[in-house]
Order: sequence, then C-alpha cells, then structure tokens
Amino acid sequence: MNITTTSNPMVSQPYLVREVVKETYDTFTLTLEPGTGANGTLFQPGQFSMLWVFGVGELPISISGPPSQHDKLVYTVRSVGQATHALVSQDAGCGVGVRGPFGVGWPAEKAQGRDVIVVAGGIGLAPLRPLIYEILSNREAYGRLVILYGARSPRDLLYRKELAAWARHRDTQVLVTVDYGGLAWRGHVGVVTTLFKYARLQPSRSTAMVCGPEIMMRFVARELEGHGLARKDIYLSMERNMKCAVGFCGHCQYGPHFICKDGPIFPYEQLRPLLEKHEL
Amino acid sequence: METLERIIAEHSFFAGLDPEFVALMVGCASNVVFKAGTYILKEGDPANTFYLIRAGKVAVEVVAPQHKPIIVSTLEVGELLGWSWLMPPFQWKFHARAVSDVRAIALDGKCLRTKCEENHDLGYEVLKRFAQIIEERLEATRLQLLDIYAVRR
Amino acid sequence: MITVAQEQYTILQANQLEKLIEAVLRKGYEILGPTVRDGAIVYDRVESAEELPAGWTDEQEPGRYRLKRRDDQAVFGYAVGPQSWKKYLHPAMIRLWSAERQGGTFRILNNETQPHRPYAFLGVRACELAAIAIQDRVLLQDKYRHPIYEERRSNALVIAVQCTQAAPTCFCASMGTGPKAQTGFDLALTELVSPGGHRFVVRTGSKRGAEVLAELQTAAATDADWHEAEAAVDGAAREQTRSIDTTNIKDLLYQNFEHPRWDNVAARCLSCANCTMVCPTCFCSTVEDATDITEDHAERWRRWDSCFTQSFSYIHGGSVRASSKARYRQWMTHKLASWIDQFGTSGCVGCGRCIAWCPVGIDITEEVRAIREGNNHGNP
Repeated sequence: MNITTTSNPMVSQPYLVREVVKETYDTFTLTLEPGTGANGTLFQPGQFSMLWVFGVGELPISISGPPSQHDKLVYTVRSVGQATHALVSQDAGCGVGVRGPFGVGWPAEKAQGRDVIVVAGGIGLAPLRPLIYEILSNREAYGRLVILYGARSPRDLLYRKELAAWARHRDTQVLVTVDYGGLAWRGHVGVVTTLFKYARLQPSRSTAMVCGPEIMMRFVARELEGHGLARKDIYLSMERNMKCAVGFCGHCQYGPHFICKDGPIFPYEQLRPLLEKHEL
Repeated sequence: METLERIIAEHSFFAGLDPEFVALMVGCASNVVFKAGTYILKEGDPANTFYLIRAGKVAVEVVAPQHKPIIVSTLEVGELLGWSWLMPPFQWKFHARAVSDVRAIALDGKCLRTKCEENHDLGYEVLKRFAQIIEERLEATRLQLLDIYAVRR
Repeated sequence: MITVAQEQYTILQANQLEKLIEAVLRKGYEILGPTVRDGAIVYDRVESAEELPAGWTDEQEPGRYRLKRRDDQAVFGYAVGPQSWKKYLHPAMIRLWSAERQGGTFRILNNETQPHRPYAFLGVRACELAAIAIQDRVLLQDKYRHPIYEERRSNALVIAVQCTQAAPTCFCASMGTGPKAQTGFDLALTELVSPGGHRFVVRTGSKRGAEVLAELQTAAATDADWHEAEAAVDGAAREQTRSIDTTNIKDLLYQNFEHPRWDNVAARCLSCANCTMVCPTCFCSTVEDATDITEDHAERWRRWDSCFTQSFSYIHGGSVRASSKARYRQWMTHKLASWIDQFGTSGCVGCGRCIAWCPVGIDITEEVRAIREGNNHGNP
C-alpha cells in the first residue's frame, strides 16, 4: 500500500525545522512541520522523503518518526558530507524542502499474527523505528518482537533511552552489540550476527525486517535463513544513488528494480540472486 | 557431579560422542567460579583447560603497547571458551576476562588432547566440532574487520 | 496513445511539401524537422521546405557517419541522424522550478514548465515512433507522470515519414519496430521518387492529421501508388543486414552476468556516453541545484545524464559500478533485458545510432551474438 502525493512530485514543499536533537557526535534528529503552503502528510514506515536545503542540494532520508503523527516529520541524519552537514546545521524556524513520501514501506501487515525480528545495523535503526512504533502501538496484532541492533562502538548507538524502554514491553527482547567496545562497555561485542544465538526465535512463524550496510544485510539474511526463516519472510531495505525519487532519472536502478518506486524495501527472495552480483 | 554430567552430556559440543569418552570428560571436569574483573586465562600462559560457560559474560581481549585492552568479542551462556589447548604450541593467544561474575565448567584439555592422539576417531570428532566454532568466530571476526558502519569518503 | 483513426491513402506532390509546412505553421505549431548542419542531418526548427535535406543521404557504419549527395532530389532519402525527438520531448537541460528566500524559509516560484508553441515533428521514422511510445511508457504511464514530458507530448503533431532505404547500421526489422509506421502518428508519408513522379503517399493517422491534409491539394492514391509505397518500405526492411535475435534475450543477459565477453567489450569501450546521448529511448537524467550570487534565489535544473559516467552509481564514498565493464554491461542489459521487466517491451528500437556514433564502433548486435554463441574471442 503506497501513498503518493497529489501535487507535482518533483517540486519541494517548504517545511520548517521545529528542532534538531543531537543523537551522537555525528548524527542528529530533525523534526519538521509543514510551512505555509505545504500540507501535512501521512507515511508508511520504511518510506523516505527527499529533503532539500536551499541552494545546496537534495538527499533521500528515511522518515524515522511515529507514523501516527500527521503534522510532524522526523528524520535521523548522519552528517557525512556537505549536504548532510547543511541539513543538520539548520536552526529552528529555518525552511527545508520536502518531497514525498516515496517508496514501498515495511510490510507490517504481512507480519501480523507472527513474531517480528527487527535487525538494524548503524543508522539502519532509523528507518526501522517507525515500524517499531507501529508494532508497539498495536501490540496485540503481533507476536513476539525481537530487536537486534549493532553499531560500530558505544558512542555510535542511537535512541539509547528508547531501546531500554522498548525492552520493557511485554514479549519484547532488545539485544545490542558493538564492533568495538571500550573498557566501560559491559554489553556484547561482536557483529550483529553474533546476537542471533541469544534471540528467542520461532523461525517458522517469524518475519524479519533488516536495515543496515549492504554487507551486513547479506550476512544477516543468510543467518536468518540458516535459522529457519523462509526467504519470502525476510525483508531488506536497499539503497542506491537517487536523484529524482520518482522513477525518471534512472540512477537508483538495481537490476530491473527502481529502488525509489519498487523499493527501498524488498523481500529477500527477490534480492538474493542480485546481492551476490559484484558491481550490479 | 551428577549435575555436571547432565550439563556436559546435553551440551551440543558433546552430543554424538561416544558415551565412554563423555564419561571420561566428566571425570576430568570441575565447576569453577570467576569473580567479575578477574582473568580466566592470559595470553602466553600454557593452555590446558577449556571452559563451558554456565553463567555470566566473558570478554576476549587483546593487549597492545600504548593501548588499553581491546575487547574483540564477548561470550556468554552455553559458549565454549578456548581452543588453543588443541594445537601446538598449546598457549593462549588472548586474555579472557570475566566481565561479570562467571560460573563455568572447566574441562581438562590436556587429558582430552592425549586421548585424541591415542584415538583418532575421537580426535576427528573433537576437531570437527571445534572447526565449526572456529569457522563461526572467524566469519564474525572478518565482518568486524570490515568496519561496515564507518563513513568512507 | 494515438491510434489510427482511419485508413485513407492520398497523394501529395513533392512540390506541395511547402504548402504542408505552411498549413502546419498556420495552425500555430512550431515545426521541427531534419536539416543539414555541421556534416549531419539534425533536427531543428523548419520554416520552409528549402531547409529540408533534399538530395542528401547518409553513410553509416560502426563508428562512422558521413553525408553524401544523392543522384536524385529525395527529401527524406537518409536513415537517421545523431539526434532524436527526445531533444524536444525530454530536453537536455530544463529548469524544474525556482525558489526565493523568505526570511529563514523559502517560497517556490513558477513550477510550471516554460511555455512554447506546440511542436510539430516532421520526418519521424518508424523506429522513432516506437521510441516515443517507449518513452511515453516510462514517463507517463508508470507510477508518476512527468509534467514536462506530458505537456510537450500531448500537444505534439507527429508527421511520420517511412523509410524507403536502410543504413547498414539499421536493424528495426528484427526489433519489430519498422520500417513500417504502425501507430502513433497523425500523418505518415512515404516518399516515391520514380517515373510516376516525385510524390508522397500519405496515410492519415488521426483526426488532427486529417484536418491538416484537408487544407492541401491532394489526389486519391491509386492501387499502383499504394503498391509502390509498400514495396519501397518492404525494400528498406529487406536491405537490413544487421539484426538482434531477441529470443529469450532477457534470460540470456540475466544469466550471463559473468560472461567473458563483457571484459572484451570493456577493453574497447571508452565510457564516452555517446550511445546514451544518441539513443532515442535513453531517459536518464540528473538534477542540479544552483543559487545566484546573492544566495537569495535558487534553481533546480534537470539535465541529461548517462549510466556510463563514473559518478552515476555513487553512494557512500564509492561508485557501485566502478569499472567501465560494469557500466557497459548495465547499459546493454538494461536496454535489452531489464527494460522488459520494467516496462513490458525492449528498450531498443533498432535505429542503429549507437553503432554509428560509437567512436570505437561497438556494435550492440554483435555483442548480443557473441554472448549468445559463447564467443569471447571477438575484436581486439
């Protein structure tokens, strides 16, 4: 189920920055509200917007806030270059252009009545957060919820307080690991695939939603399959260069798929033959 | 002793092994406890014992000059700690520190080593099991090496 | 989608071509058609029949394009030039919208496309009709509609001219796109230069086309005229020496991702992107944001892009398709295989431009053949 905007999808709508919150040393969460002349919008967890900074450029950023909030759009952005730096440096009240939402979101409806395994690597937790909100706000519709989250080091961990709060929900397990621990870190050290042995899984009735670096998703999907999940029950969020987000510029093609309109979320079943191809 | 026997016999590592040898292992096993912060094994020490973790968390560490110790992985309940007792020079390559209070079963590696030399069928079964553990750890380590969350410019 | 409204054949004398142009101009169109410039037949504004390339033909081979004088005064006696109608329908550079600062935020201005007179395309080949239909599918009939393309396309008058000869680089017959114009035109002309007189057999394709024709002096076509025209177009088909065997081509290319032929072509391909520029169906573009010197006014422009560029697939500090091998493979696989999954047809119309305009003469028909035959000992 997709929601497309009725106005020209190639033109930005002016939104205003309500606040910018620092999550880590290089990652910030922006909350945007519609400016004059812009409409609020609904979105599906997993969809993304194209955010435009006046005269600097435009970026695809996953929406990472609660889907129930129509009047706010929340984005967690890692500052890695000129455009992202400009985006996270906006003050409250500044204008940011928003196009979207675009893309096919997480198929939450396919997971209803089943256990859900959410596997996030690094900033990949941001596009999964709306899905987690969705599940927790509609808890009865889903079975167990297992959240596995891996980051580079303790100082890269996002949403720490929320992770702890999520763990307190009924039938919800949250496991966190880092690649590089410090002496003060008393949690798991190792890549996110090492968490699987601690997860309480019922593979035959589980649906997995995975987001992170492509290498990580490849290994995680294999690991999930090894634990007994069917390929059609594993979903990955893919990423490629994006310019238009509406299927016209051709940049985001991955095999026959346009990541902007056929994805970014795909069933592993569809991706498996493509993931192994080098330089696809 | 009865509890030990059950735990060892039920552990996946020992599943399928000749009951005679399992009994032998039980005979050479003992319950051990490590307080949080203490070292279970140290790099360079002779490796003759390996551990089956029953409770708590263990950090495998590397110490390097001008570095604080670096944790390369953590092991928890049900996991096996230590394989350097299996092959020459029978020396630990890393430190292993109890992050929390740890309860474990210590198994006589030297004894098992000798038995493997005498009985190659047993040796093959033991090596097969360790090969799997080493492979999993190696794959995880390689992924860790890739530093996939780092920003590439 | 324009369909053939009525089957009716009339004769228009060659010396009446000027009247046709005048009639179309009177109806308020801007006519774009073939003309000779810089040693090629290009598309440009045409205001009189004198500007058309009468007496010229083209010689095309892999990596070679030359104009040559004909013995006769055929107006459309060539195959295709380097340009295609995407030059107008999907312009190479166009402003999408602009914005002005307002305090800390901004206001969007004129997100309308730039106004112009509706286009009339004169001299559209069958392969080009197919290419326009393919771009219609991509830009109008998928998840989103492209407003710039839509405006230009919906108002365009299409006057097709069927080929009566083929270049050695043509292979539209094997792609099922020509040389006969099937659909998508308002008028379709076939030029005859023969003892019967220099004339055009005209087929009406729409009400709009009929209205244009009504303003001209025409005569009914005889059976003989019709047969001569059909034979001329069939001749163009039979003249074609190149072809692509499209049997199971999608699976063929999907399954040969690691075929050694890709290394072979990569050793020759310069990643110059010529093929994507001349290809009538290539649609890839990029967007550029710019401000003026005061930084109070920003504009967003779209311009053509090519999957052959190094940065086309750039993410996170590197390009996914870093090698030219990967990029050539992407272009060819997309054009002949993935396009079928994406849009239901091949992306290639067999116009042969990529063959003629490749500086090193890479021949897409040869590359398909090599992969099909498992042949990796191709040209050096």
